[in-house]
Amino acid sequence: MSTPLLDVTDLRVAFTGRGFRPKAVEVLHGVSLSIGEGETLGIVGESGSGKTTIGRAVLGLVKPSGGRIRFQGADITHASPRDRRTLSKSIQVVFQDPYTSLNPSLTIGDTLSEPLVVQGATAGDARARVQMLLDQVGLPRDAGERLPREFSGGQRQRVAIARALAPKPKLIVCDEPVSALDLSTQARVMDLFIDIQRQTGVAYLFVSHDLAVVRHISHRVSVVYKGDIVETGPADLVTSTPEHPYTQRLLLAAPIADPVEQEKRRAERHRLAELHREQNVQAGVA
Amino acid sequence: MSIEELSVDPGLAAPARKSPLRKLLKDPQAIITSVLLLVIIVLGLLTPWITPHDPNEAQLNAINAAPGTPGYPLGADQNGRDIASRLLHSINTSMISALIGASVALIIGVTFGLLGGYFGRRLRSATEWVFSLIMTFPGLLLLIVLMPVTKGDYRATMLIFGVLLSPGIYRIVRNLVVGVKNELYVDAARVSGLSNLRILGRHVLFVVRGPIIIAAAFLAGSAISLQSGLAFLGVGSNLVPSFGAMIADGFTNLYLDPTQFIWPSILLGTLTASLVLLGNSLRDAFEGVKLKPSKLAEPTLKSESAVVGDVEAAELLSVKDLVIAYPTPSGQLKEVVKGVSFSLHAGETLGLVGESGSGKTQTAFSILGVLPSEAVIVQGSIKLEGRELLGLREQDLRALRGREISYIPQEPMSNLDPSYTIGAQLVEGIRASARMSGADARARVLALLERVGIQDPQRTFDSYPHQISGGMAQRVLIAGAVASRPKLLIADEPTTALDVTVQAEILDLLRELQAELHMAVLLVTHNFGVVADICDRIAVMQNGQIVESGSALELFREPKHPYTQLLLGSILDEHTVRTDPPVPVAAATGEKN
Repeated sequence: MSTPLLDVTDLRVAFTGRGFRPKAVEVLHGVSLSIGEGETLGIVGESGSGKTTIGRAVLGLVKPSGGRIRFQGADITHASPRDRRTLSKSIQVVFQDPYTSLNPSLTIGDTLSEPLVVQGATAGDARARVQMLLDQVGLPRDAGERLPREFSGGQRQRVAIARALAPKPKLIVCDEPVSALDLSTQARVMDLFIDIQRQTGVAYLFVSHDLAVVRHISHRVSVVYKGDIVETGPADLVTSTPEHPYTQRLLLAAPIADPVEQEKRRAERHRLAELHREQNVQAGVA
Repeated sequence: MSIEELSVDPGLAAPARKSPLRKLLKDPQAIITSVLLLVIIVLGLLTPWITPHDPNEAQLNAINAAPGTPGYPLGADQNGRDIASRLLHSINTSMISALIGASVALIIGVTFGLLGGYFGRRLRSATEWVFSLIMTFPGLLLLIVLMPVTKGDYRATMLIFGVLLSPGIYRIVRNLVVGVKNELYVDAARVSGLSNLRILGRHVLFVVRGPIIIAAAFLAGSAISLQSGLAFLGVGSNLVPSFGAMIADGFTNLYLDPTQFIWPSILLGTLTASLVLLGNSLRDAFEGVKLKPSKLAEPTLKSESAVVGDVEAAELLSVKDLVIAYPTPSGQLKEVVKGVSFSLHAGETLGLVGESGSGKTQTAFSILGVLPSEAVIVQGSIKLEGRELLGLREQDLRALRGREISYIPQEPMSNLDPSYTIGAQLVEGIRASARMSGADARARVLALLERVGIQDPQRTFDSYPHQISGGMAQRVLIAGAVASRPKLLIADEPTTALDVTVQAEILDLLRELQAELHMAVLLVTHNFGVVADICDRIAVMQNGQIVESGSALELFREPKHPYTQLLLGSILDEHTVRTDPPVPVAAATGEKN
């Protein structure tokens, strides 16, 4: 494989606090990852681990304090607003909350056609493309004239996916896109993500706290813990036989939907916790 | 079959899509006030053609002419000027005042509100400072003092008044923008490649337009009042016909001819009142009127509740045929829980599972007696150890909630008061449910905090909620919930807001405490993993009904109802690993890049 689609090396992000002479808090301590064309890289981590910040840095919504982000070989770490606007054709986003990620006072059609019109499509072309996008994400054809509040969470997320697909991007940053959805809806939206990837060859940077979701959709998985990537590898390996202790804990903490299996897992988790505790004690003594 | 597709009913969607304009057209207050305003404005516009006299034309023979004098339909004033002509010209003066005052305030306020709200902290502080300064100016006094500068021209005065009004608009717009700016759709628009200008114009301004339109109506009203007030005081040119000047003239002539005073007062009153009332209607149309909470029906209970069989005696909690409904805007009742029955034995854990909108939380809240006030319990029975809970007085329920029934919420953080320490809140809870001294309560709280696995109880006791993590906060709430050794613990999605590793620990804790205190637990959740981990029995809810219930093992291994099967089938288990390799764009679409 030649140059990866997205190549992040040693990415650091720090947030400054409030007040006079605020202190900077670093939330990412040098994260490196790469995504190939048509590939899904799952980023899994708990709240506060910095997993969302990785996605936001790639999108240009937060400024990196160090490191380099390359997209198709070009350095976009500190892209100017104008470059960002060009990049928006290639990098898109689907956010977690389908309720706040759509403008409540714009119709679905307006939301979808706006980026197309801004990038120079005629009104007629935009309308045709919107119809196609609605079909692609499995929404009714008349959805374009309706407002977001008339749709359920799963349908809104479909609209958000359609919006991301509109400029035919190469990479979509998906920030917990199924976390706010009901179980049955979640499975269907995930299938939609996979279908679309197979059809269009788009790559996903798929951020989630849920190991099961990440396992379902990712080719490779990176595990983030306290601002560092502690483990990266093929999805089936990382999510079934992880090497890093944190990933092991994460895996065993996720309950299985079966009382008997879950009891076994619980016992194993307690055993592992005991083991780690003893190791820590020994390390402390030594 | 898909639940998702069913949830939007095209027939239902239509009435929800009422535009503010259509709502306005159904509001009699809006129609009356806008017709009045329209008539007044049209009269004002037609003034040059329909008035017989110049507003300043004085006729000696018409001094104090009575209404109905030929050529003077409403009479003439003490200077022999036609009152009707002056009234109509005054309308234009008012309208120009309103237009100048309101538009200056809107242009300045909206522009800087957008800029100050959307861009960085420095610009926000700067604009805030300037507008706070403007707000400190004494308005009316300043306008009078500045008369030499404005040369008595009311238009110049209104220009200045507009500037003085602008801080109000600035604040409204800035606050709205700060709220909207952090919405994800603004981020999404940024990622879509829209420029800041376009985002401000299309996404931000469009969303905040409602309050601005409402404010504009009030601004116009206050500009008119101020202009009249100044004219009444005699400030400004007396050649300009104005309601204020006319009222002042009529005032001096009050005993001779009271009608002179009445005409301009009526018109000015109608004008400003219409503007204010129209503003109110606009607000209702844009922001929606809240439904008033009302209890429509007392819970009707099944008469059999007196009979307590031996079978029921063993049950700790028994819910029978519970129906909960909410009033819809059309006045009818919509049932959200439709005849739910289940029972819970002492020391048992029942999982109430369902997707959003299935009525599982409503059911749990009805047991706690904390349904919103507009909820109506149409029928049913909830018994705790054979005692009927429905229809109990609030104070009895409160006693019950503290001791026999406890509750763990979904969002631990929002259930702790940020202005008190953790310890103070727990001590207060314990002393409310059991009589004990402050020192005893304190010792008990510390023991409880240690029991729920908090490493340094004393430090947590002295902490404020923002100083502890979400998992810790949930432990604190569990400590508070089990303090009175309740018989029944209701946990509403107790781990949904937590990380999985924390979730596992909290579930361990709940399991231990349950065994220790022999509590029954009613666990409301959507997560089958959590259910499998902790529940003995499961009840699956869909659309307000329990579609299937049984022992956990039975239900997971042999689900009978199609909905349960659908839910279990949707779970992403260990074996669903993605296997297909990445497909590059070129291969997928068959085109060259």
